[in-house]
Amino acid sequence: MPTLNTRVNGTSVSKQIEASTLLVDLLRDQLHLTGTHVGCDTSQCGACVVHLDGRAVKSCTVLALQAEGRDVTTIENLAAADGTLHPLQEAFRKHHALQCGFCTPGMLMACAALLDDNPDPSEAEVRAGLEGNICRCTGYQNIVSAVRDAAKQMRA
Amino acid sequence: MNDQTIPPAAERAAALQGLGSSRKRVEDARFTQGKGNYVDDIKLPGMLFGDFARSSHGHARIKSINKEAALAVPGVIAVLTAEDLKPLNLHYMPTLAGDVQAVLADEKVLFQNQEIAFVVAEDRYAAADGVELIEVEYEELPALVDPFKAMDDDAPLLREDIKDKMDGAHGPRKHYNHIFYWEEGDKEGTDKALAESDVVVEELITYPRCHPSPIETCGCVASMDKINGKLTIWGTFQAPHAVRTVASLITNIAEHNIRIVSPDIGGGFGNKVGVYPGYICAAVASIVTGVPVKWIEDKIENLTATAFARDYHMTGKIGATKDGKITALSCNVLADHGAFDACADPTQFPAGFFSICTGSYDIPVAHCGVDGVYTNKAPGGVAYRCSFRVTEAAYMIERMIDILARKMDMDPAELRMKNFIKKEQFPYTSALGWEYDSGDYHTAMEKAMETVGYKALRAEQVENRAAFARGETRALMGVGVAFFTEIVGAGPVKNCDILGLGMFDSCEIRIHPTGSAIARVGTISQGQGHATTFPQILASEIGLPAEDITVEEGDTDTAPYGLGTYGSRTTPVAGAAAAMAGRKIRAKAQMIAAYLLEVHDGDLEWDVDRFQVKGNPEKFKTMKELAFAAYSQAIPGIEPGLEAVSYYDPPNMTYPFGAYICVVDVDVDTGVVDVRRFYALDDCGTRINPMIIEGQVHGGLTEALAIAMGQEISYDAMGNVKGGSLMDYYLPTAVETPVWETDHTVTPSPHHPIGAKGVGESPNVGGVPAFSNAVNDAFAHLGLTHTQMPHDHWRVWQTAQRLGVTG
Repeated sequence: MPTLNTRVNGTSVSKQIEASTLLVDLLRDQLHLTGTHVGCDTSQCGACVVHLDGRAVKSCTVLALQAEGRDVTTIENLAAADGTLHPLQEAFRKHHALQCGFCTPGMLMACAALLDDNPDPSEAEVRAGLEGNICRCTGYQNIVSAVRDAAKQMRA
Repeated sequence: MNDQTIPPAAERAAALQGLGSSRKRVEDARFTQGKGNYVDDIKLPGMLFGDFARSSHGHARIKSINKEAALAVPGVIAVLTAEDLKPLNLHYMPTLAGDVQAVLADEKVLFQNQEIAFVVAEDRYAAADGVELIEVEYEELPALVDPFKAMDDDAPLLREDIKDKMDGAHGPRKHYNHIFYWEEGDKEGTDKALAESDVVVEELITYPRCHPSPIETCGCVASMDKINGKLTIWGTFQAPHAVRTVASLITNIAEHNIRIVSPDIGGGFGNKVGVYPGYICAAVASIVTGVPVKWIEDKIENLTATAFARDYHMTGKIGATKDGKITALSCNVLADHGAFDACADPTQFPAGFFSICTGSYDIPVAHCGVDGVYTNKAPGGVAYRCSFRVTEAAYMIERMIDILARKMDMDPAELRMKNFIKKEQFPYTSALGWEYDSGDYHTAMEKAMETVGYKALRAEQVENRAAFARGETRALMGVGVAFFTEIVGAGPVKNCDILGLGMFDSCEIRIHPTGSAIARVGTISQGQGHATTFPQILASEIGLPAEDITVEEGDTDTAPYGLGTYGSRTTPVAGAAAAMAGRKIRAKAQMIAAYLLEVHDGDLEWDVDRFQVKGNPEKFKTMKELAFAAYSQAIPGIEPGLEAVSYYDPPNMTYPFGAYICVVDVDVDTGVVDVRRFYALDDCGTRINPMIIEGQVHGGLTEALAIAMGQEISYDAMGNVKGGSLMDYYLPTAVETPVWETDHTVTPSPHHPIGAKGVGESPNVGGVPAFSNAVNDAFAHLGLTHTQMPHDHWRVWQTAQRLGVTG
């Protein structure tokens, strides 16, 4: 079995894994980071979004070995080390941008990457930027409001 | 003794965050930090993983199953087939509809992706490898896909297991592929009234087969502890208590030795009401192996094998006088139930509450009849974010009203107003026997029309049509009006049960000495925010702040018995139980207060968070003080402690309603329907948390958009399911989803303790006809009477082409 050397949420990980192991299964089953979810297996729903070197990726469609030498960030690391919530996490609560919570970690990670690229997105840009993430509960309206509010907080 | 200044009542009430407060959700801290606990997050020592080998055919005889190659895969521990389950009498399981369903295919497969073998392995990768190597030899049989051919003389026989059983769970069966015939109303009177009507319209309205498709699929972890003989199953169960009782009845394990736990659930929408083969197989595998076994289906399995919704073919017929007063309604339904009748309806209602199909209108006489048939499709028939076939009924009547309006050249809103049940007619008994509790339809409709500027929209549409005729635009404007009445909150034990279990619900409250509390309920949240809203009901009843009340649900070892969360029943039934339990707490607290204040309890009055002496509000005891007294003082004639439990059997259903108006622009050359505007006015009675209500309406409308505009689980002639993954099955993203405008009126339920009616499913019920009416309306002036859902680009373009307006 090949050995994977990567960094997950700032911690070095060195593990022997089956080459076929998906990144999402490494995170969930072996590193116990169950905040990243699996919804569809076909790269539609985005519940599994994490950051790979700061870019949003769907971890159900990335082999764990593709993270070799790279930085993986998951929902568990979105808040600051001292526990201060990310403005997006605060805004999601304030705007009721989540219901069952299953899509939420992937949605938040996609939103964070979106705001890294565009700190002041219009409503249409938020909607277009989240096309890869499906939410069955909220109807997106409050998610859009939350993202724009968080963006405002982050620019301040 | 109470020498500080007493804050005003309004200030104290606001601090409680009770009824009417848009309190932020307590669930969100966990969910936004990846600390939810969904079933697939559960990991137990030694846990194995199960996965299904499934049928590649829609209808075939199984000649052989070879599991040798699968068993040779490193990590594969066992493979279960029907042969292994037969000695346990578990190869078939009862469905919620009085039928039986094969747990693992027994000699025949009846739908594509039916479960054939359960591969148990050390991890999910090995299980998947094992599944690939299960060799099944089939003899293909002709598939029955079209429900209209199910009862033909030469139709293929599907259910060999019941072919001689012509007396079904709901009366006699007319044919070997027939399941039941159910009817309600006065057929003779309806036929007579229709024959005498000035105007009659008739139309086949099809509500296609679709699927609730929550993002989290179904799954469970079963763990048999052989030392203490206890079977624990964590799973995506919308009704954990009912699952426990059913599990006990079919396995003969004593009910106290079964514990069912619903952890966080990633959306349900009806999909997680049913009992699926995976639950049985995981439990059996755990009993056999002695270690926990997890089963989690993938999305394709979820879409193609767990419960579908709708698939109703409804022939509506409506009559009216020449001035537009409706005289009668009839509706005959052909219901495609798939290979097993696994509908999730109260036992006495094989077609659910379809007889709410007279809708919001004062119709003097009506009749409806439903034939259920088997086909080679996945079993199910769950209520996809609706109360038991209510959305089918609402879609039928709301389309028929539009069709009648078109025939009579009347405005569809005006026709509705003319026929609404009037405010003073409530409580109103419908022609099909339901007692509507309360409503004020005219006020709601008028408010909706005024807010959207309905008259101006119609004037704009006239302009649009003229401009289209002149070739100045290629888009046709459509205005869709829908007015729905739901029937939710099942239900009274006298006529509502699931497998014999009365559909009451429950709440148990324990007040702690320092004045905080835990409330346990028989329901289970799948995103509705129960941990936030139950405390609001209680805060208003018992005067403790919502933030000091914890809610626990979903664990059958600790929660009181209840029938779970679906059919918008949580607020009408468990919400009522919470209020009633709160009142019991208050009654005991009043006795304690009387003792402490040395007055007769009749001399006390309740004021937000305290009992005070009538006429002397300076003399009072707060609920917090009374809680401590209950645990710290010996009070003559009163037991220590402060707890209460209430099992609430609702006297009636509740009847939420709403007025929805949708404006679309249809590009005739591409078939693309742009939703320009959607206005939703909901009346759900007393509003507990307006923020959460609005969120529920947004989500339900988005599901309605999905259903009306694109969702369909269809099959080819061989019984192959088409579009069984999210590559094809339409779940709207933020891009296709429009902005929602929400509004409300408040007409409390007269029989519910706090007047609440339930709201989660209204937007799905009312939204679908609003979208569909808008699309149909866009083409109405060209002679279109009705075009079937879903209104995806291809179908809409075909409609435009048929009408001769494509470029």
